[in-house]
Formats: sequence, structure tokens, C-alpha cells
Amino acid sequence: MTMRASWLFPVLVILAAAVPVAFMTNYHLFQLTMVVVYGIAILGLALLTGFNGQISLGHGAFYAIGAYTTAILMSTWNVPYWATLPVSAAVCALVGFLIGLPALRLGGLYLALTTFALAVAIPQILKYKGIDDWTGGVQGLVIDKPDAPFGLDLSADAWLYLFTLGVAVILYVIGWNIVRGRVGRAMMAIRDHAMAAETMGINLAMVKTRTFALSAMYTGLAGSLGAIAVQFVAPDSFGVFVSIFLFVGLVVGGVSSIGGTLLGAAFVEFVPNLADQVSKAAPGAVYGVILIAIMFLMPAGAGGFLGGLWRKVVRTR
Amino acid sequence: MLEGVIHQIMSGIATGGIYASVALALVMIYQATHHVNFAQGEMATFSTYVTLMFINAGFPYWVALAIGVALSFAAGVAIERVLMRPLANAPVLASVGVFVGLLLVINSLSGWFFDYTIKQFPTPFPDHPMLGGYLSGHELGSTAVTLIVLLSVYLFFRYTRLGLAMRAAAFNATSSRLVGVRVGWMLALGWGLAAAIGAIAGCMVAPIVFLDPNMMGGILLYAFAGALLGGIDNPLGAVIGGFMVGIIENLGGAYLVGTELKLTLALVIIVAVLTIKPTGLMGRRVYSRV
Repeated sequence: MTMRASWLFPVLVILAAAVPVAFMTNYHLFQLTMVVVYGIAILGLALLTGFNGQISLGHGAFYAIGAYTTAILMSTWNVPYWATLPVSAAVCALVGFLIGLPALRLGGLYLALTTFALAVAIPQILKYKGIDDWTGGVQGLVIDKPDAPFGLDLSADAWLYLFTLGVAVILYVIGWNIVRGRVGRAMMAIRDHAMAAETMGINLAMVKTRTFALSAMYTGLAGSLGAIAVQFVAPDSFGVFVSIFLFVGLVVGGVSSIGGTLLGAAFVEFVPNLADQVSKAAPGAVYGVILIAIMFLMPAGAGGFLGGLWRKVVRTR
Repeated sequence: MLEGVIHQIMSGIATGGIYASVALALVMIYQATHHVNFAQGEMATFSTYVTLMFINAGFPYWVALAIGVALSFAAGVAIERVLMRPLANAPVLASVGVFVGLLLVINSLSGWFFDYTIKQFPTPFPDHPMLGGYLSGHELGSTAVTLIVLLSVYLFFRYTRLGLAMRAAAFNATSSRLVGVRVGWMLALGWGLAAAIGAIAGCMVAPIVFLDPNMMGGILLYAFAGALLGGIDNPLGAVIGGFMVGIIENLGGAYLVGTELKLTLALVIIVAVLTIKPTGLMGRRVYSRV
């Protein structure tokens, strides 16, 4: 009974997610696409921070690398958008693995600090003159939004939303299985007590660097999809605030809740729009206040809170 | 060539002084609570705005600075009492979350109250080159102010009873409590002092880089690098590290990577220190029993 109920919920969510294509405007579909994109990015961060206990304040860097990989492939080599995703995944996983190596030696706080530095430095690196034949320098790159294939009667935005949703479903299923499996238990064991995990025969270095690579791959893929949806990449759209927003989304959704990543993503996408009407400064203030409030009142985030409720409902039936 | 190198080193020392002050502020909080205050830079920026407000209201420069520093001290104490105290034993993620939240809130408040336009900030120092043209009047003056601040912090911790009590509280909270030191208040005072030092650093750097809500973002990064280079649990090390980072940044910017990649240089320093010598130049290795 419990088994079926826990399967039912995600399937219903996926079906419900495809419904908006029928009646929403293109702009709203674009917003939903961005929610899914942020969801994937935050899922990447959750795998690293929530399940493995490595705090990253610099995941905007991987988001940027994924976005740029896709943009460069599409604009310079005319690679079709879907074919850029595997490349972007490979590039980001590699970079994540390489950054994971020094991160092995850094405890919680120092890792947060180093990744924060990475987030601050990334726009400068993207602007660097030596590579601006590829990156387009300060101007960035413009890419075309793909049309629906097979002569489907869908707008470009609707198609991109469904495409992104499809990629997201695959990534969430994979993420879910990783976390529920042997590797996921190893990840969580390291988070909870590294030394005990090591005595149980878990290879700390291997699990941590691979988690970093996996996490970077997820966030990088989100960057790729985001770049296709926004049709534009430029160094200044990947400032430190991207990393901070992802972190805020993670905390709001609940650091170790897979479903919560979508709640966090919706928060990141929609709250600035609402708060912007008050003042230009308001989104940051709202984010900050909510971040602090959650740390005090609801450390498991909205996802953890709702997950607890859901388990109660399932149990009482 | 040599002329140029000396010039770069001199202005490296001038900016290094700012990094040294912020690094010192970071280390003071780290020593006592093992937290790194990600909001230190934003707090300093906000203090600088408040000081500017008093200058614009007609107060003389030094009076306005004193008011700004005093208010920052009070705000630092208040933040510790209200936000940080309950999280004293919370996991790292919670403290990082609160610091990032604080960073966002203070940054937005700066923009909200004082708007996002870039502002000029006055300097009390004469506006002509000094030391044979190697430094501007402001650079020399701000270096002097920084050195005075650092020296008085040293004297305070070394020669006053309160300073001793604060060191004791940071070194061993339980034993300090047993001999009657009010550890909680000592931590709050540490926060206040860090905020005050940050305020002075903000006012000293604002005439050079101009004042806007994101003024201290890069500076905080260099200060992190300086604190780590010198050893994050060693105040003297942090100060020396700050000066070194200033010099490295200026020489590197001029001869090595160009000005576009200066922030990346800070990242490289941080990663290099943490992987090669995590304790920094003067830090202590920490052993823990299991």
C-alpha cells in the first residue's frame, strides 16, 4: 500500500506538469521551464550538500559552464541543442571532479568559502580576453530557440518546456535511485559521520569526488537547458547571485529532500517577480529574511516539512 | 622597471592594509566562534553609508567616522546577541545559511536606503602625491589609519583586562566561565569590534573604489585569502597575510595576469593555501580526539 502510494505521487506530478502546455501563454511556459531548470540545478546541489554534506556556495559556476558549453557548441559549431547536453554533462562532470579533488581536503566551512570565491571569480574568467573568440567576451552569445520537431503543432516555448520536463524526469529518477541505493547510503554515511563511514569500508575520497562530479553534472545540465530557454549567455548573468539563489532554493526546499528541490525552484523563480513590485532591493531582502527564518524555524525546509506530512497521511490510511 | 615594481609594492601595501583590517575582523570572529562571517563585507559597506550620511548632514569627517564606528559596534553586538547566539552549537550548514541570509539582507538594505548609484566618498587626507610620488595622500593616510587600528587592537588584547578576558573566552570557554568571565558577552564584544574595524576599513577604501552596495564583494574575497594565507586562527598572521595579498594582487595584476583576472588570483591563493598548507603561514594545527 505504502509502496503504491509513494509511486503514485510522482507520476501524478509529472502528468499534471504536462497539462499547462494546453492553455498557458508562452511567457508562463517559459517561467515553468525555468522552474524545472532551477529544480535540476538545485537537485545537483542537494546531492552534494544535502546528501553528502559538502557545502557549496559556488554552484553558479557549474551552471555557467554548462550554459556556455551549450551556447558555444550551438553558435560556433551548429550542433543541435539536444546533442549539446551529453557534451555539457561530460564537461561539467569532469570540471566537478577536478574541483572535488582539492575539496577533499576542505572541511565544511572552508569548502563553502572556496566555492564562494569560485562563484565571485567566474564572471571575470568568462570575460577573459584569451578565450573571447569562443565565449564572445562581455557581449556573450546569442542562440536560437529550437522549434518543435516532427512537425508537431506546438510553439517553441511549449516544446522546450516538454523537452526540459522530459530531461528533468530522467534526471530525477536517476537521482532518486542513486540516493536510495548503495552509493546514496555511502554518501549519507559520510555526511553523518565520515570516520565511521570510513571504518565501514567506504572509500571517502572516491565517493566524495564522484558526488562532486555528479552534482556538477546535474547543475551543468540545468545551465545548458537554461541557456537554451533564455537564448542568451553573458558573463554578468552568472554572477555570485546565481550561486546564492541556488543555495537559497536548496535551503527553502529542504537540503535533503528530492521533491523539495522543485519547491525551492518555484520559490527562486517566482518570489523575485512578486517582491520586485515592492522595490528593486526587495528580492534580496526577502530571500535573506526567509533564509534566516528557515534556519531557525524549519531546518528541514519546506520539502522536509511536507514530506513529513505526506508520510503521516500514507501511514494513517 | 624597478621604479614600477616599487610603485606596485607601495600601492599593494596601501590596499593590503584594507585587506588586513577585514581579515583581522574575520579572524576575530573565527577565533571565538569558528564561524567565518560571509556578511563582514556587506556590514562594512553599510557602515560606510551610515558614515557618509553623517558627513552629508554636516558633521566633520572624524566625528562622522566616530559615530559610524560606534553605531557599527552596537549593530555588531546586536547581531551576535539576536542571530548568532541561538546557533552556537548548530551544524555548519545552519551558520553558513544565516550568514548568507545576513549578506543578502544587508546588501539589499544598503540598496534600499541609499540607492544603487555609485557615490563618491570624501577623504580627509591631502590630495597630492607623497613619498616621492609613490603614493597618493589618501593611500598614505589610510595606511597610517590602518596601522593605528591594528596597533590599538594589539595593545587592547595584550594589555587590558577586557582584552585578556576576550582572549580567554575564545581560547577555552568552559574554563573562562569557571573563573568568572562572561563568555557570551565577550563573543558579542568580539562581533562589535569586528564590525567597528570593518567600518573603518570601508571608509578607508571607499574613496578609492567608490561607494556602492557591492563595494566590498571583491575586498572580502581578498581578505579571506589573506586570513587563510596568514592562518585563520592567528590575528597577526591574518594581518601579515592581508598585506601580502595586497602586494601579490598588485604585482600579479601589473605583470602576470592583467587586471581582468585579479579576482581569480584571490581564488588561486585560497585554493593553493588550503591544499598546500591548510594551516596558513602562522596558524596552529588542530588535533581532535575521537
